[in-house]
Amino acid sequence: MKENLKVVGHNAVRLDILEKVTGTSEYTDDIPFGPNLLHMAVLGSPYAHAEIISIDTTEAKKLPGVKAVITGEDYPEKFGLYLKDKSIFPVDRVRQVGEQVAGVIAVSYEIAKAAVKLIKVEYKELPVILDPYDSVKEGAVLIHPDLGNYEIEPWLEAQPGTNIGHLRRIRKGDIEKGFAEAEYIVEGEYHIPHVAHTCIETHISVSKFSLDGRLTMWNSTQSPHTQRHIMAQSLGMAHKDIRVIAPPIGGGFGGKAGISMEVMAAAGAKSCPGHPVKLRWTREEEFYNSSQRTGLRNKVKIGFRKNGKIIAFKHEMFWDVGASAEYGSNVVNATGFSATGPYYIPNVYIDSHACYTNNPTCSAYRGFGYSEFSFGIESTMDKAARIMGIDAVELRRINAIKEGEGVAYDVPMNPNGLVECIDKVAEEIGWGIEEKSDDSNKIIAKGFASVWKAPAMPANESSSAFIKFSEDGSINILVSGMDLGQGFITAMAKIAAEVLGLTLDKVRVELPDTDRNPYEWQTVASHVTWSCGNAVKRAAIDAKSKILDTVQRAHFIDKSQLYLEDNGVKCTTQDSFFIPFSDFVINGIQTEHNTWVGGPILGSGMFMPEYTNAMVDPDTGLGGNPMVHYTVGAGAVTVEIDKETGRMKVLKMAEAFDLGKAINPDLSKDQIVGGFVQGLGTALWEECIFDEKGRMLNDGFTDYKIPTIVDVPRDMNPILVEVPQPDGPYGARGHSEHTMIPVMPAVANAVANGLGVRISDVPVTSEKVAMRMNDPKYREEM
Amino acid sequence: MNHILKFNLNGDPVEVTVKSNEKLLDVLRDKLGAVSVKFGCGVAECGACTVLIDGLSVRSCITFAVEVEGKNVVTLEGLQADGPTKIQKAFIKHNAFQCGFCAPGFIVSATELISKNPSPSEEEMRHALAGNLCRCTGYQNIVNAMNEVAEDNRKGDK
Repeated sequence: MKENLKVVGHNAVRLDILEKVTGTSEYTDDIPFGPNLLHMAVLGSPYAHAEIISIDTTEAKKLPGVKAVITGEDYPEKFGLYLKDKSIFPVDRVRQVGEQVAGVIAVSYEIAKAAVKLIKVEYKELPVILDPYDSVKEGAVLIHPDLGNYEIEPWLEAQPGTNIGHLRRIRKGDIEKGFAEAEYIVEGEYHIPHVAHTCIETHISVSKFSLDGRLTMWNSTQSPHTQRHIMAQSLGMAHKDIRVIAPPIGGGFGGKAGISMEVMAAAGAKSCPGHPVKLRWTREEEFYNSSQRTGLRNKVKIGFRKNGKIIAFKHEMFWDVGASAEYGSNVVNATGFSATGPYYIPNVYIDSHACYTNNPTCSAYRGFGYSEFSFGIESTMDKAARIMGIDAVELRRINAIKEGEGVAYDVPMNPNGLVECIDKVAEEIGWGIEEKSDDSNKIIAKGFASVWKAPAMPANESSSAFIKFSEDGSINILVSGMDLGQGFITAMAKIAAEVLGLTLDKVRVELPDTDRNPYEWQTVASHVTWSCGNAVKRAAIDAKSKILDTVQRAHFIDKSQLYLEDNGVKCTTQDSFFIPFSDFVINGIQTEHNTWVGGPILGSGMFMPEYTNAMVDPDTGLGGNPMVHYTVGAGAVTVEIDKETGRMKVLKMAEAFDLGKAINPDLSKDQIVGGFVQGLGTALWEECIFDEKGRMLNDGFTDYKIPTIVDVPRDMNPILVEVPQPDGPYGARGHSEHTMIPVMPAVANAVANGLGVRISDVPVTSEKVAMRMNDPKYREEM
Repeated sequence: MNHILKFNLNGDPVEVTVKSNEKLLDVLRDKLGAVSVKFGCGVAECGACTVLIDGLSVRSCITFAVEVEGKNVVTLEGLQADGPTKIQKAFIKHNAFQCGFCAPGFIVSATELISKNPSPSEEEMRHALAGNLCRCTGYQNIVNAMNEVAEDNRKGDK
């Protein structure tokens, strides 16, 4: 790819930084809705698993200021992204603590809260399941007895009569033969707890059902079109009559993907027509009811030849998806296809189970399951390296998957720079170079991991874009991808500017509004730069062709001699020829006869991968092509560990990802740093802790610690590798989620390398390190 | 019980009716239009609601509105009355925020720090900002921007 790029690939200040830094970004809660605004509060279940015997709302309805009280009797509809197992409000039973059983809409939040306390619910407690291993035990109480009757995507495999919402199997090659041929077999068993997204902005929806039958929603969301679609289905409305507006969002990380509390706000609005109704989660509700990251119990078994080559790989995953698998089922699916890590392996056996439990519902979280399963794989790889006497980084080089080699479902791997990522991270972290602490009580150790991730999407996900010119030659790009802070709008602006010869100050990208902006599936899966970027590029090419056509017809210069640069049209054969866009993109070009040629310039573009196929053989996972491509990378940490207290300090990190082409290198590096630090929280501290009744014991920032500005390494080294993606805009593929994935195993591997203690259950807390340091049960021979 | 509360908000006198238990955060946002002040947790754990009261940074989500009677309250809106400040300019240059929801609180805390200690060391600065949570950035660009402000102020002293 030898293009002389003027905007793409060059650094720029993000286009929305001024509005962020001046506090003028109008987040959903900042929009004035006037005195007609009503407030909604919900009643959450105190039980993790219980039948609902009766709900009495009489007293709540009598409280002055209360406009409506709603329950599952009013809104029993099931909804969900992939598996419709969730109710707006449940009618039969509650399946997690905090599950909403009723909502109150009132003139103030205080009154709504007071009325919630007057609702009387009679429950009958049921046995509680909190661990995925218990969920799949013979005779376990069924959390969804109606699983067989739910609407489900055709590519998911629910197991009615069990607690398994979906089972993805991979059977590639001959696993028995593979292990029989292995000279070394290394195993491990791992546990990953639930963690929380903790966007600083909690979930919020303001919904208005107007008397002419329109539903308008202002949602803090990553998925405006998907929300509109689900809303249309569950409320029985036409898509055109529902308008979802996505104001700036205060953090997403997957937690605001799909749909959750917004359905309740819509139900509240439908009960009080003519009023906007605001539902905003408290921080506690955010922990319980905005979805968490899937928990995982997994067993990894890897067979190696003497030379370090992996010959057989078995991975059994029992995912704790919580009370609903409406979205989590796809985490289980995506990881079922990919839980080998970025290695070429001829014989693969994977079972990925979506286990219902009575923990909070889990859905998308940055990394979409790959952080969780990679912990086990990368820990086992390090164990194996030690046993075989092969350097841990070298072992990863030996097995790194190359372009054309078959992935777990036996489709050729895309072009990738995995070995380059491994080499650059090893060099930056000083792999193999011993470091000593100035403090004799402390040791310094390094840990490494290499990872991959593919976007997890329906096979026919799609993006589209409109570009419209204004009189001064500036453009507005209408797309429905969301800027979550990752720099989406800056990337889209640069792609369009590159094609159209515009300077960035001439470009504005509009946030989603489903009435006005064209379709986008969702801003998830680290796929919008690739997918929506392709749509924007095509829209820009469409606009460009209309511009060239106009100039050709007005000036009788062949299109092939015209090009766009410096906010106008130039000619390869006449140096002095230049028509600024502002001269003609709306009003056209005047001819010698005083007639006009042209008109307002518009461009449209769409993109859908046309080679994907999710319909695989359920027994083997083979026969389809469920993923568009994998992004690969590696990460490493240098950790200082106190030999007495186990206290750890990550001194340095390096991470490299092959993002195909960095549209904006600065912002891409920022994604690596931000994702690393989010991963560091999950590696060292973060864990949702539940008591035996399924109540969360740390539903606030005091007890659920996320990294502060003091906790982060002082030496962070993001590295970009660019092996172009053949179908990506300018070669780009996504990498924002991936940056979290190496951190948990890199930290655990550093601890094992430094102290010879293997921590197989994250977080790798100082307490665990101190308690297990001298316990032979956790010993890993050095 | 209702009170007529009088104080200075961003340099202007304001008068507003509040209940005894109403929080400053809600009064600023809902009654006085200062929506740069954000709700993040409601219990002073995240720093998104940080404002200055007589020059000191305070979490407005746990401050009763009646406590600011007669005081000077400054929010981000007030800091930039004459355009972006030096701190804001540094944050812009370094792409210091991603989703931006924590930005107003960070800028208010940073402003307090720089007013007391114009050229803090990096570790002093980190400790001063430790009460403001950001989930997006990993903090590195915030540190880079603040180091630049401190360095520039250090040069200015000479």
